[in-house]
Amino acid sequence: MNFAVLVFPGSNCDIDCYKAVQSIGESVDYVWHTATDLSQYDAILVPGGFSYGDYLRCGAIARFAPVMNEVVKAAEQGKYVLGICNGFQILLESGLLPGAMLRNKTLKFRCHPSILRVENNRTPFTNQYAAGEEINIPIAHGEGNYYCDEATLERLKQNNQIVFRYAHDNPNGSVDDIAGICNERGNVLGMMPHPERAVHQLLGSEDGKRMFTSILNAWREQHGSAVVG
Amino acid sequence: MKATVYVTIKQNVLDVQGSAVKGALHSMGFQEVGSVRIGKYLELELDTNDRSEAEARVKAMCEKLLANTVIEDYRFDLV
Repeated sequence: MNFAVLVFPGSNCDIDCYKAVQSIGESVDYVWHTATDLSQYDAILVPGGFSYGDYLRCGAIARFAPVMNEVVKAAEQGKYVLGICNGFQILLESGLLPGAMLRNKTLKFRCHPSILRVENNRTPFTNQYAAGEEINIPIAHGEGNYYCDEATLERLKQNNQIVFRYAHDNPNGSVDDIAGICNERGNVLGMMPHPERAVHQLLGSEDGKRMFTSILNAWREQHGSAVVG
Repeated sequence: MKATVYVTIKQNVLDVQGSAVKGALHSMGFQEVGSVRIGKYLELELDTNDRSEAEARVKAMCEKLLANTVIEDYRFDLV
């Protein structure tokens, strides 16, 4: 399975994502924001950081980088797209996921471990977790206050698109304690916490590693059934 | 022609920056301040003299990039 880690000017979690994929033994490349072909990749990771300095709004400028046209195509093809932190903000700005980000209600940049509840374990990103399981994944953001209007929230709930909620303390004031959502089809996920920073006990938690093995597992199932079919 | 664009957080959406500044003003003794809302101000130099064309173009810029209409309102003047 081939992973791509996108790199925008200002990305700073790209190396962590790259190493997280390496830790599960899969092939991974850095892909520059000017790239116009993602056809060789099965999963695209949009990493955290401060793309284009977060000028105007977080993710607002990155959303128009050439590579994002390819990410939209990949999402339409059913490939896996995972946006983490700034990557989540970029997916929101690009319209691949609904809603928008506001500054943290606490007025603080929050950087610490956070406990998430897995609300939907039937996605390609969460199949190695138990439904309702609480996992320890760190956050690091000043603008992670997820907002959407009531009609959108209702749709997210009805379609089971809320994948993670903050379990105890909501660090940013997000609507309905949302920490991560997916699209209707389930192949695009955005989340504020950083699973790539939780792939080894040395980092304080290895709960994030199963997100990467989930993606691999989903791909293998899909791939296997295609071969058999 | 020049366009001045104002982007503000929608009224029904919490303006965290505005709340922080309001708190600071209160603590400095400016108790008369009821609410503070912070927005962005942009000046665009446009290479056109056609007012209606400029209007349509700036509107498109606002909708596409300058404002996120999920959380923000915008208005602009042409001078």
